[in-house]
Amino acid sequence: MDFSDNPEEAAFRARARAWLDANATVRDGSEKVQDHFMARDAAEVARARDWQARKAKAGWAGLTWPREFGGQGATPIEQVIWNQEEGRYAVPPNVFLIGIGLVGPTVMIHGTEDQKKTVLPRALTGEDIWCQLFSEPAAGSDLAGIRTRARRDGDGWVISGQKVWTSGAHYSTHGILLARSNPQVPKHKGLTMFLVELSDPAIEARPIRQISGGASFNEVFIDNLRVPDSARLGGESEGWKVALTTLMNERFSISIGRATGGARAEDLIALARRVERNGRPAIEDGEVRARIADFTARQRGLEFTSYRVMTSLSRGEAPGEEGSIGKLLLGRLRQEMGAFGMELAGTAAGISAAAQDDVARWRNEYLTAPGNRIAGGSDEIQRTIIGERILGLPPEIRVDKDVAFSEL
Amino acid sequence: MNFGFSDEQDTIRETLTRLLGDHATLAVAHDRLEAAEGFDTATWAALAEGGWLGLAIAEEDGGSGMGAVELAILAEEIGRSLAAVPFAPVLGLAVPAIQTMGTQAQQKSLLPGIAEGRTIIAAALCETGGLAPGKVTAQVAQDRLSGTKTPVFFAAEASHALVAAKDEGGTPRLWLADLSGPGVTIRALDPIDGTRPAAEIGFEGTPVEPLPGSDPAAIGALLDGAAVLAAFEQIGLAGRALALTTAYVRERQAFGRPIGSFQAVKHRLADMFAKIELARSNAFFGVWALASKDGRLPEAAAVARLTALDAVQFATEETIQLHGGIGFTWAADPHLFLRRGWQLKAELGPADAWRDRLLGNLAS
Ligand SMILES: Cc1cc2nc3c(=O)[nH]c(=O)nc-3n(C[C@H](O)[C@H](O)[C@H](O)COP(=O)(O)OP(=O)(O)OC[C@H]3O[C@@H](n4cnc5c(N)ncnc54)[C@H](O)[C@@H]3O)c2cc1C
Repeated sequence: MDFSDNPEEAAFRARARAWLDANATVRDGSEKVQDHFMARDAAEVARARDWQARKAKAGWAGLTWPREFGGQGATPIEQVIWNQEEGRYAVPPNVFLIGIGLVGPTVMIHGTEDQKKTVLPRALTGEDIWCQLFSEPAAGSDLAGIRTRARRDGDGWVISGQKVWTSGAHYSTHGILLARSNPQVPKHKGLTMFLVELSDPAIEARPIRQISGGASFNEVFIDNLRVPDSARLGGESEGWKVALTTLMNERFSISIGRATGGARAEDLIALARRVERNGRPAIEDGEVRARIADFTARQRGLEFTSYRVMTSLSRGEAPGEEGSIGKLLLGRLRQEMGAFGMELAGTAAGISAAAQDDVARWRNEYLTAPGNRIAGGSDEIQRTIIGERILGLPPEIRVDKDVAFSEL
Repeated sequence: MNFGFSDEQDTIRETLTRLLGDHATLAVAHDRLEAAEGFDTATWAALAEGGWLGLAIAEEDGGSGMGAVELAILAEEIGRSLAAVPFAPVLGLAVPAIQTMGTQAQQKSLLPGIAEGRTIIAAALCETGGLAPGKVTAQVAQDRLSGTKTPVFFAAEASHALVAAKDEGGTPRLWLADLSGPGVTIRALDPIDGTRPAAEIGFEGTPVEPLPGSDPAAIGALLDGAAVLAAFEQIGLAGRALALTTAYVRERQAFGRPIGSFQAVKHRLADMFAKIELARSNAFFGVWALASKDGRLPEAAAVARLTALDAVQFATEETIQLHGGIGFTWAADPHLFLRRGWQLKAELGPADAWRDRLLGNLAS
């Protein structure tokens, strides 16, 4: 049980910090709260690319990827140290998370030699930006119910259908796409995975505005997209297996990422010092103190939980049971902190007087958090996973499991 | 960074699970709940016999000189077993108080007896106003103590009490009182968990000796350490409640299927699991801070306590709910967990005091 850096970790941290000091500026708190993984405009995408290229050149990209794939073969702990250090600096959003965290590891396992050679290096340097074309209007939690069709055509494929909620599709160059190649078998058995280029005119991404005001996800229309068979990732009809690899890495990336988005309980303490409640500084109010104390305890718990995950990984063990709780607890915590921050900051909750004032900042947190509770497997789906896979409870009744998709 | 247990520590846990599983069964817990004296002396003796009570006592004082992490493992296993033994007062409070604040003579005279299971020292820190050193009204003048401490657990079983009282200058300090001395009255109280007897102790001119190293800061650190260990006891308790309930909902049938296949049930258990694991992560940080004497101990102890209190309350209440009618009966196991949960809350005070400590620490 040791929380401090061992000598190698301390040396790694010092190296990371030295490089970051020379190449970036430390955050001063005035930065706009935003989704850490989303770019707002083309200029931000350009800055993100530039930052990623510099990181790659200096050996800070794809830290945990094996060396044979251009990574650094670093330990998961070193990745966390890097995340901690980089988080202190005002750097562009990490729009490469899907490419490096989800697509890369999936290609390493299921890809051909050619796919590994073309996909991995360009994901690492930020030349390619990847998005995840899984969810559809009629299939989200029940992902295996997707309808986008892939049909054999000569030695290639023709794909048609619609995807939705695709984060970053409007600025991505590539996508990992799940399609139905055989409707005559039960839903999990007729899927195939593809790697596609978004620049193809047969694909059109239209941004969708979210409740937070921004438009970081899209609906994506695919109309007779022709791809060669070499675009297939994994075996024909083995798409579900490939998708599970991607989803596992998605949950993992979320659970080892920064323990909360923009806001932290410390920010609520700072706010409570500045504002008044019942005629005295809010930080002296018993109820305010109690709420902030509980938020702090939960937030620390999530941080330390990600360290437990790291420990399992560094020992070469699969991430333990604890990994599954981060995703479940984080969204709710952000939502509650956002609501409380908004109430604390404004005399009339939710009404901001000036752009970027405290209310606006906490309102943004509050309106972003619901996405955390839905994306990457909703809270309800997470609970079912914990109940069935960890606690071993009997499975839900699944009426469509053995029926051909075309008969549903 | 290494956030798990070593192989040796895992072995210690296995040994303890076995030992406590043999002695402190739930049948014994039911039996102790009925008995006039709640204390499970057989389990305490078995722990002494195995050398576990001297785990964190130095070898020259009759112990085996291990550290806080091993002690935390013992705490968790005691919590899991529901053993009716005075872990928190004796091993969580009295031993570290004597070790860090006592004289050599006090250590030599008391620690070996504790390791052997002969000496029980009750913790008489609380008063009706709470646990915080600033709330103490008991007073020592010319080495004689007057005041009332409540609740004190295992007072009738203890030979000594570790008492918080003000010195002549008004500073709260810790003192050792021989409970067979003059001016001591012990009045039994009616605790929610009858397996850990509670009392009010009145002192009137009772002779005491000071722990010379005790000052408000040292007392605060003592409470922090005890809260970390208590968090492990709480996690052990809540984890056992979850295991018990999980097993039950897999077996119990309704509407033609196991009740554990209904989402309302399944998701409640997932929430229990999440709360317990969150508390465990904080407890891990807490025991590291305790063992390494890290400056973040006050913060670590408070967050460990807060999440542990929450996990226990949720897990024990829902354990009763998910057992249905049988869960509401005296004869069934669920209420044992609920009662012990409140007991663990009473020993070091409820959440509000710890929220205040946390904020005092972060926002000062
Ligand atoms: C911000 C954001 C970004 C996203 N980015 C992407 C992306 O980049 N790529 C991508 O492919 N997808 C993305 N998604 C989609 C996301 O994966 C889905 O929204 C999610 O899986 C839920 O699916 P759904 O929207 O169809 O809701 P539904 O599945 O219809 O769920 C609606 C409600 O029903 C509940 N529910 C559903 N099934 C069950 C069940 N069996 N038991 C209990 N409750 C149930 C859900 O929990 C939810 O509360 C994103 C979503 C969001 C919000």
